[in-house]
Amino acid sequence: MDEEKTILNVLDVHYLTQENLILKGISIDIWSGYIHAIVGPNGAGKSTLVSCIMGLPGYEIQKGKIIFDGEDITDLPVYDRARRGLTLAWQEPARFEGLKIKDFVLIGAKNKCHRKAEEVLDLVGLDPKKYLNRAVDKTLSGGERKRIELASIIAMEPKLILLDEPDSGIDIEALQKIFDLLELIKKQGITIVLITHSPVVLERADHAFLMCCGRILDKGSIERISNYFRSKCIPCDHNIPG
Amino acid sequence: MSSTKELVIEMLNTLGVSVERLLSEDVARIQVHKNKIVGLHLVKGLRVEAEEIENGIEANVEVEENIKIEKPIHLCFGVMPEEGIQKVKLNLRAKEGSKSMILAHCTFPNAKNVKHLMEANIVIEANAQYAYFERHVHSPFGGVEVIPYASIYVGENAEFSTEFELINGSAGKIDFNYEVKADDKSKIEMVARISGVGKDIINLNEQIELRGRESAGVIATHIAVRDYSSANVKNVLTAIGPNAKGHVDCKEIVVGNAKATAVPVVSVLNPTAHVTHEAAIGSVDAKQLITLMTRGLTEEEATEVIIQGMLSKKHKWGEIIEKFLLPD
Repeated sequence: MDEEKTILNVLDVHYLTQENLILKGISIDIWSGYIHAIVGPNGAGKSTLVSCIMGLPGYEIQKGKIIFDGEDITDLPVYDRARRGLTLAWQEPARFEGLKIKDFVLIGAKNKCHRKAEEVLDLVGLDPKKYLNRAVDKTLSGGERKRIELASIIAMEPKLILLDEPDSGIDIEALQKIFDLLELIKKQGITIVLITHSPVVLERADHAFLMCCGRILDKGSIERISNYFRSKCIPCDHNIPG
Repeated sequence: MSSTKELVIEMLNTLGVSVERLLSEDVARIQVHKNKIVGLHLVKGLRVEAEEIENGIEANVEVEENIKIEKPIHLCFGVMPEEGIQKVKLNLRAKEGSKSMILAHCTFPNAKNVKHLMEANIVIEANAQYAYFERHVHSPFGGVEVIPYASIYVGENAEFSTEFELINGSAGKIDFNYEVKADDKSKIEMVARISGVGKDIINLNEQIELRGRESAGVIATHIAVRDYSSANVKNVLTAIGPNAKGHVDCKEIVVGNAKATAVPVVSVLNPTAHVTHEAAIGSVDAKQLITLMTRGLTEEEATEVIIQGMLSKKHKWGEIIEKFLLPD
């Protein structure tokens, strides 16, 4: 994969809270058009890493650089990163009382027409007639909410999606639908980075990074990372000193 | 000087809805400008006696027994000039077994010094269903004072629903007092959705007494205050009757230098009754905010989307009325 185009470079990223160094010099290259996974046990720093990549408030890095699509975005706010084609889907998407699905899915869309809302809902397997006028609220199941999140992201036509724990809070049937969707998104040329501690999710990726205690331990094929992860990380049998 | 018909059209044009729909033959309507009744059209089963009083009108409205009025009855109260006082004294009786729905628009689009006072006595007799949806259209200047008072009795097995919406323009000063007494097996829903900007002052005092056996009541208040506006909400729900059930829900979003307080008073005076309450007051939910920012919205844009979402959440009757107002 060395010849592939890189869409995201994370270069020697350090992230420090008041008490702890959470990310200890992370460097990763994300190739365009693939599904990548960042796998690691709980507490490895995976979610912190994506929060730093996305530039969420409170996740400003102290050292390092983030290059997206050839541009240094290290100092850009969240919304500017999003406008350049980088976005994030939470493991537990927020609920919005009163906000209709048809409006929510078009919030970041380049094309804000009604047809686009129908199109993206169709794509994620939700009948637009039944869902467009519903609210993005508690009445939706976890699986429905995740698919609506993905619909809103697809409508943005982003270049890269950071997808945090896609299997969280949903049943096996709903997860299969999410996996099918990931393939569909990939076919559209959108790069995906999955954050996971699940071997099942890991196996859906093309390439993986193994993360532990704020460092990248290894990277490579799914088979190799998966074998290591299954044998050494569940449960985690070591602890890298800070 | 506008003719009466022109004045009606001028008022209706401020509402942002289909004027044709509101003027159709099968829609009952009462249109009042300041203290003049400028339009009156009735349908079968609806009786209205109205007279002009100093600075306003007094109206006796009655929905006849077992009459079901399919389309909302449209009330439009307006003051089109920048200044004026409008008093509305309303005595309404929804007779036994009747079903009716009122859509009331209060429009003060140019107000700089307008006072709108309402005093309503409402009786909903046994087995009747009555809904009252009130939407306000205010100027952006904050020159409106709205002081509604309503005393409502809901009879046995009757249903009463009210929704107050003020989400466009400046609220000005609102001093809102509603008191409901509920008889056996009656159902009550009271909803208020209000947006405050500038130096608006919003005071809400809503009370439900669930006196009857198996009566049920909900008070839901959704308010957003921005700039230097303030909101004081007191929701009182008292469950007295056996197996009475109630819920109080208060959400207030506070932005900028605005202030909000909420006092839910829930009392249970019968061991078989049950009342719950929830309140969320403060800044915009951080996760909602970040989600929208990851879609490319700035913090200010995202905050506005969240506020509009919360304020636009219509309840049962609001949804029905919204469908009625949609153009064909």
